[in-house]
Amino acid sequence: MLIFSITLFVLATFLGYELISKVPPLLHTPLMSGANAISGITIVGAILAAGSGESNLSAILGFLAVIFATINLVGGFMVTRRMLLMFKKQK
Amino acid sequence: MDQIIQLAYLLAAISFILGLKFLSSPETAAHGMLLSQGGMFIAIVATLLYNGVVSYGLILGGIVVGSAVGAIMATKLQMTDMPQMVALLNGFGGLASALVAGAEFFRSQANLTPYPMVTIALTLLIGLVTLTGSLVAFAKLQELMRGAPIIFPFQHGMNLLFFLATLGLIASLAITPTATPVFWALIVIASILGVLVVIPIGGGDMPVVISLLNSYSGMAAAASGFILNNNVLIISGSLVGSAGIILSQLMCKAMNRSLTNVLFAGFGQVNTPSKPVSSQGKPQGTPEEVQSCSPEEAAAFFKKAKSVIIVPGYGMAVAQAQHSVKELASYLGDQGTDVRYAIHPVAGRMPGHMNVLLAEANVPYDQLIDMDEINEDFPETDITLVIGANDVVNPAADTDPDSPIYGMPILHVDQSKRVMVLKRSMKPGFAGIQNPLFFKKNTMMIFGDAKGTIDQIANALK
Repeated sequence: MLIFSITLFVLATFLGYELISKVPPLLHTPLMSGANAISGITIVGAILAAGSGESNLSAILGFLAVIFATINLVGGFMVTRRMLLMFKKQK
Repeated sequence: MDQIIQLAYLLAAISFILGLKFLSSPETAAHGMLLSQGGMFIAIVATLLYNGVVSYGLILGGIVVGSAVGAIMATKLQMTDMPQMVALLNGFGGLASALVAGAEFFRSQANLTPYPMVTIALTLLIGLVTLTGSLVAFAKLQELMRGAPIIFPFQHGMNLLFFLATLGLIASLAITPTATPVFWALIVIASILGVLVVIPIGGGDMPVVISLLNSYSGMAAAASGFILNNNVLIISGSLVGSAGIILSQLMCKAMNRSLTNVLFAGFGQVNTPSKPVSSQGKPQGTPEEVQSCSPEEAAAFFKKAKSVIIVPGYGMAVAQAQHSVKELASYLGDQGTDVRYAIHPVAGRMPGHMNVLLAEANVPYDQLIDMDEINEDFPETDITLVIGANDVVNPAADTDPDSPIYGMPILHVDQSKRVMVLKRSMKPGFAGIQNPLFFKKNTMMIFGDAKGTIDQIANALK
């Protein structure tokens, strides 16, 4: 299992490197906020923790994790969209 | 059901990959991000269907609260405050991963084996360093604390000590996961470590710091994927992690400095603005020694100019001058002058900062030209207007081997026929380095608030 996870990690890092090298400096800020929103995927882990119905402290930490992951992804995607819509070509 | 959830995660991962791929062009970028949002939604719904999820109250409550806060932050945000927002979001991402690690620790503490324990501890460490480091970056950008590097004796030794301490605590937890006090100690030490690593880094180096923290927040998400054996977390986290690494590399290259130098050198500290002034006996570069002109005189030159390049810097953001700049550019365009903008990669406080501000002011993006592309055009340019930029146009980077910024790639504005520099005063920039550009024969200084000055020039051109 560990070796599979590490394989994924390494391959995805290389893929990310290839993809992101092609992003022009013009869009570096939306890239950061967009990547930020994507890292909000932690919400998956947060939901599993908050919804387990188990021990109290763990559920509360999960609840807080859901809040912050949601801020991250909602705030990140919205702000990225706001920026990307501002980039217009000359008429 | 499990298979379907895994498939949904795969879809989500693909949507993130495509979202990043579409960011390679401003024409497709917005669509790509919509796709990623869709993927995120699918991942969330799939997780809610997972049979380990039995109670929904906390989840829905958290999503409602988080969405409200996130939406308010994103809508109310001023574009000039974007670096702070990105710093804060990085921090929240790190915190979310750390909380997931904490929840997992307390849920399965009794039967933790070394491997999951180590993944939990590492996620906690990366997440908390991201959180407190980002909060310091936020405080510096928001000017809640001084932007200057905070340096004290034995700082590197102390940072190393804290880092080794976290490793020691992680090793100890791997052996005895039931030792809850050790877990709390790790939380405290990791949080302090995050503060310690960011305080010695100066305000002008923020583009590197923010990129790096961006990378950490991705790494934290990936690490939490190792705890939960969750592929979509590992894939997305590593994508974000590599994004941040590339950006930090690009930013370092644009400053001709190594990452180590940015992180540990306390740049800007040795050359505090007061030093070069007092040590020289008489203040260096007082306004009398340079040529200055009034906005009206400047406007007379602009009337005759065929080509103008505008060089924005952090000062434009501080003065909120981007809309005035665009207005001036429109008047120039109306009289047939060719106007373009030269963007240095580290102008501002985060990667791409200037592009976003000018795009907000409706400057078409095909007028925003990267450094490498526009540098050869300066000799044929009638007027280069420098607005609140300093180190990125400092010719000492080319000519003075003793200058701390020697070797840094710069915009060669001094080669244009005439340079006009908008500046508040003769105070040197963040690095405390004197700028020979200001004393050149073809340079004219226009002192005052950038926005006010540009408005006056624009008025005279109407």
